[in-house]
Amino acid sequence: MSTREAHSEAVRIDPHTKTTTTGHEWDGIEELDTPLPRWWVVTFYATILWSIGYFLAYPALPTLEGGTQGLIGWHSRASVARDMEQLNEIRGPVLERLANAPLEEIEARPQLLSAVRALGAAAFANNCAGCHGAGAQGAKGYPNLNDDDWLWGGKLSDIRRTIEHGVRWDADKDTRSETMPAFGRDGLLDAKQISLVADQLRAMAKLPGGMATAQGAKLFDDNCSVCHGVDGKGNRDMGAPNLTDALWLFGSDKETIASRIANGGGGVMPAWKDRLDEPTIKALAIYVHTLGGGE
Amino acid sequence: MSDIARNTPTGGLQRRLETNSILLLLAILLLVSIGGIIEITPLFYLHNTIEKVEGVRPYSPLELSGYNIYVREGCYTCHSQMIRPLRDEVERYGHYSLAAESMYDHPFQWGSKRNGPDLARVGGRYSNDWHRDHLRDPRSVVPTSIMPGYPFLAQTPLDAAHIVEQMKTLRIVGVPYTDAQIDNAAADLSAQSAPDDPGAEAMRRRYPNAVVYDQAGKNGITEEDALIAYLQHLGVSVNFKLYDDKAAVNVR
Ligand code: HEC
Ligand code: HEC
Ligand code: HEC
Repeated sequence: MSTREAHSEAVRIDPHTKTTTTGHEWDGIEELDTPLPRWWVVTFYATILWSIGYFLAYPALPTLEGGTQGLIGWHSRASVARDMEQLNEIRGPVLERLANAPLEEIEARPQLLSAVRALGAAAFANNCAGCHGAGAQGAKGYPNLNDDDWLWGGKLSDIRRTIEHGVRWDADKDTRSETMPAFGRDGLLDAKQISLVADQLRAMAKLPGGMATAQGAKLFDDNCSVCHGVDGKGNRDMGAPNLTDALWLFGSDKETIASRIANGGGGVMPAWKDRLDEPTIKALAIYVHTLGGGE
Repeated sequence: MSDIARNTPTGGLQRRLETNSILLLLAILLLVSIGGIIEITPLFYLHNTIEKVEGVRPYSPLELSGYNIYVREGCYTCHSQMIRPLRDEVERYGHYSLAAESMYDHPFQWGSKRNGPDLARVGGRYSNDWHRDHLRDPRSVVPTSIMPGYPFLAQTPLDAAHIVEQMKTLRIVGVPYTDAQIDNAAADLSAQSAPDDPGAEAMRRRYPNAVVYDQAGKNGITEEDALIAYLQHLGVSVNFKLYDDKAAVNVR
């Protein structure tokens, strides 16, 4: 049987459904011409009409030179620019006072302070929480910013400088760059000396198991006091932590301390000067300063 | 009864199409390609689809190797690299993404799903050490993280045997690798992972603002090193202090 014959053209009324057939028939199977539901057809044409309006109103069709611009002049980039402007307008009064007032003065004005702290808290969650923790509580190697134990200083100006230029962030030439030597790896001290000085240091910190010896004291004086101070209380110009308090960046057990001495180095924090604008950095400095340990 | 349904012609063209499967296939192809042609062709000749910006360069061999690992591990299933021009995104991540910033990605990693944050501008946001900690065990630095750890990357030596071929292939599809960059691929790869390498200067000249790695106490480049090099390069090419938003809006 040829296809042509199979494709019968008899349109008729189907006795069972009382619907016309389309006339298509294959091997005795016929196709009913059931009408589409009215709501569907109406919606279908409505979407076509809508699309015409949409095409005209918004940038849509490419042309040889660029594209149609749309009658209402909408542009995604212009739109976000407007949104940002609006945001700045809302924040305007705060931002302005933030830009003009010296940091210390802002803290003296409770209302301004709470607005600025809100800005700072949002920026902290976006940019700093990954390292310093959501509550600025810190993690191993990342300092807690709530306490009054500062590596580089807890005054507003110190904090601001740390944020702007980072710590050991090579790309910023004003970064805080002092670093502890790798006493073990670079062969400045041998394993026995490291063990002695670690015991000495743990005695200075009054940790159980610490052991002060004449040798250990001499090693500390010769190698460590330049940065950590003769009494081990640290030196903020060098970013050298106080080694006699209960707060440790990495841990106070002997193994951890010995590994710090052997490997030296120091934590790295990015510089934020080129990434965040000035009001945001000021807000962050104030936020961190007022977390609890500000000086 | 609707018009479409009632007036179906049973003879002529429709019957020919319905009864000749090859013809039907060709007709379907033709119809479908109209949409494609209208959407895709202009991208080849319109100059405003990729705005000209300073500073975007092809990936260094180490970064390119990291890109391969990013794709292999499917990081794009949870991370997008596309900051949309919306207020909230610009507030959180920085300037919205420009087409030029991903023009050398083949395929691009825009992604469409964000289980984790957008990574388009993650470069320079964290230290290499942080990335190391985070990739090995995300919860060691972000206690609430649901990102899986990738500790094996640190133990797998990087296999960059085909990096030259990849660079040559990319050149064919329009990534402007120079002969010097291709000839020195192996040297640049190791120079980027050792600050004392005599070739570090030359590497940095070929790939401005590439981050060099301190591999002290380690031997051999791992997949983790490559991945971090790639992450540190994301979104750092364009200096937005020099980029004029208003001009970009007016160009179109
Ligand atoms: C890549 C991880 C990382 C990120 C992100 C980060 N920091 Fe830090 N930050 C550190 C490390 C590590 C230190 C300690 C540096 C050291 O060991 O001397 C530090 C130190 C600091 C200090 C000095 C603490 C002290 O005791 O003197 C301040 C203040 C600070 N960070 C604030 C911030 C703020 C605000 C942000 C967000 C804009 C931020 N940090 C983002 C890693 C980070
Ligand atoms: C060049 C200055 C410098 C010298 C010398 C130095 N340190 Fe340090 N030390 C630092 C700095 C800076 C840090 C902070 C590292 C960081 O931020 O991760 C530090 C950190 C430490 C820590 C870790 C503290 C913590 O909170 O976890 C220990 C322990 C330590 N030093 C012991 C010593 C000992 C013992 C010596 C002498 C053998 C020594 N340091 C010599 C600068 C120095
Ligand atoms: C199952 C989903 C998932 C996968 C797969 C995944 N991530 Fe993540 N990622 C997350 C989540 C959730 C976060 C946010 C919490 C955190 O920082 O760990 C995140 C955070 C990050 C961050 C920090 C971003 C920022 O701005 O704070 C980086 C970088 C990152 N991921 C890289 C990667 C890389 C590289 C891969 C592939 C090897 C990967 N991720 C695979 C879910 C994922």
